[in-house]
Amino acid sequence: MDTRLSSEQQALVDVARRLTERLGPDGVVSLDDDDRVARLDQATTEAGWRRLRDDDGDGRPLASGVEAGIVASALGQALGDTALFGPLLAADLLRRVGIDAPGAFTVALVPELSSLAVADAGRLPAAVAVDALGATSALALLPDDGGFALAAVPIAGTERSFDLTRWVSSIPAGTELEEIAGSRTLTGDDILEVEAFALSLASADLVGIMRGALELTVDYAKSRQQFETPIGAFQAVQHLLAEAKTLLEGSISVSQHASWAVDALDAGEAREAAAVAKAYCARAAIEVCEVAVQVHGGYGNTWECMAHVYLRRALLSVSLFGDDGVQLAFLAARRMGV
Amino acid sequence: MDYGDSPEEGAFRDRLRRWLTEDRSWSSASSTDDEYWTRQASWHTALFEAGFFALAWPKKWGGQELHHTFEVIVDEELARAGAPPKPSLGYLIQGISRFGSEELCDRFIPGLISGRDRWCQGFSEPDAGSDLASLQTTAVLDGDEYVIEGHKIWTSYSDVAEWCLLLARTDPDVPKHRGLSVFAIPMNQSGIEQRPLRMINGVSNEFGQVTFDGARVTAENLIGEPGQGWALAMTIVAFERQPAELGYVARYAKTVSELEGDVRSDPDSTRREIAEHIAWAHVQSEMLRLHVCRRLSERLDDPDGGVHGSIDKLLMTWTEQSVGQAARHAAGSATSQAGGDSRLGTYLYSRSQSVMGGTSQIQKNIIATRVLGLPSN
Repeated sequence: MDTRLSSEQQALVDVARRLTERLGPDGVVSLDDDDRVARLDQATTEAGWRRLRDDDGDGRPLASGVEAGIVASALGQALGDTALFGPLLAADLLRRVGIDAPGAFTVALVPELSSLAVADAGRLPAAVAVDALGATSALALLPDDGGFALAAVPIAGTERSFDLTRWVSSIPAGTELEEIAGSRTLTGDDILEVEAFALSLASADLVGIMRGALELTVDYAKSRQQFETPIGAFQAVQHLLAEAKTLLEGSISVSQHASWAVDALDAGEAREAAAVAKAYCARAAIEVCEVAVQVHGGYGNTWECMAHVYLRRALLSVSLFGDDGVQLAFLAARRMGV
Repeated sequence: MDYGDSPEEGAFRDRLRRWLTEDRSWSSASSTDDEYWTRQASWHTALFEAGFFALAWPKKWGGQELHHTFEVIVDEELARAGAPPKPSLGYLIQGISRFGSEELCDRFIPGLISGRDRWCQGFSEPDAGSDLASLQTTAVLDGDEYVIEGHKIWTSYSDVAEWCLLLARTDPDVPKHRGLSVFAIPMNQSGIEQRPLRMINGVSNEFGQVTFDGARVTAENLIGEPGQGWALAMTIVAFERQPAELGYVARYAKTVSELEGDVRSDPDSTRREIAEHIAWAHVQSEMLRLHVCRRLSERLDDPDGGVHGSIDKLLMTWTEQSVGQAARHAAGSATSQAGGDSRLGTYLYSRSQSVMGGTSQIQKNIIATRVLGLPSN
């Protein structure tokens, strides 16, 4: 056992941090800077980050869950308003069915966002294409002889979601699907592994969000003065921030493990590790973002303060493939038969 | 990044697993029961003799010179087998080995590691808890011996200890942090009296209160230099705050697995909320296990473990108290029975984790000022 990042992984952390910090939004006004969003999109494409789960030629992904998690975390920290989660999951699904499909894909989820959308009798019930910026179609599951095939639905226009840094597209019920002719179908284990990967990405994103929100808030607590004293000198404020820092550290530990487990453990173990990570990071991230809003005081409750942008992004990532309650129910069923 | 076993780690794990299957002499009692504390000495000896204790320490002291990450394997396998956690002594060795002369270390550490000599730690006093440096126990030089007067409390294992690592004031005329020194003092002498301290769950074999009334210790047993006591004590508490040193991961995993087992044997009569409290305790217990993996791996770069002790202590506290809450929910109506049941004992014991080894409030002060760099007030 040696859970430290390799030097290549550490180099990826540094590159990803630099790029996302430079091109991510530096305030709420810059969220509407279309040129900046386009530059971030282009840089992300050039870095190859959305291709990390493509086939390496031998049926394995180009990079492991750890590298994907590193990039997801950097984007979360910088509130990087570009697509990653959707394209990476789509690539993971396409690799598993053995095809190298051209096109800009994301994934279609059920309206509660807790799992991949599944077609019924050749038609898709109402679904949501998440993380859809730049995508032209979304992948859904098509039941096929005990397993699943993949099908694509076209995306007609995207809009910014409640999370101001990511885009969605609603897919109306009954939208026609186009089956993707892969060389194999997805098994139950494939689905568990895809879920494990999705949850590990969402957890890594939440870790990044916590880092960013905490950094913003600690800086503010050092500079904002009340009673002629920086508010960060007051124990009541210090304890909120200390708890937030501790939640972040616990989250890093579970999230890194879940990212590693994606490719290193068997499907069931990886899925359990992912449930542990997501349940922990979900509760921690909401707490940390609420502390960020609270410590910013009145300003923290205005649109202008970035704290709510972190909170909004956290809320979406918490929902992706199931929140803490969903993960605890999964663990209770699996470990206790309840 | 690799959480898996290396070939050496895998062989070690197999050997430990075999030993735990073959040697079933260990009691399944948990450290929240008196029985555990009664049998702790024989468990320590058994672990040591089989080669599963003090793994990272030098061979000349009875260690194995393995990397710290092997400790995770011990915790995991003890929990898996339902065996008691390993004795929590590593932090004493960390303190003595960093400050004591080579001669003192060679004299004291082998017996501490093998379990031949039992040790207790005399730090806290009735009037010196969070403000430990204000302690009033004095050590006055008389010839080549120090004479000790004072009162210690929360002294783990004082009832069975042969030695006490004692923090006492040797110089009353300097600022309070600078006048302290640490001694290795023999417990079996007429100037020392020990009585048990009964915890809120009824356990009375873990902690004691100790009065020193003219007790004597040779000046040779002063560890480090006179006045270095505060630095030594802070080194010990910093390690005492690290779940990696304490082996509590095994204790939490074992309790969670027992709670899960109760539900699994009768899932239909378990309310969903109770199962989710237990699932959350599992999440916390796994978090701590993985956090320890991460921290012990970081020691490959930084053997001292950095400034993270307080963060790790808080994570350990939250874990223990989540496990305690799950036990409380699972115990349900056992509150109406005389004596309750062991799950309520687990819950009550868990409340002390946010106090022992430094309160959660003190940990948060340390994290805020030393880790986050917030201004002191």
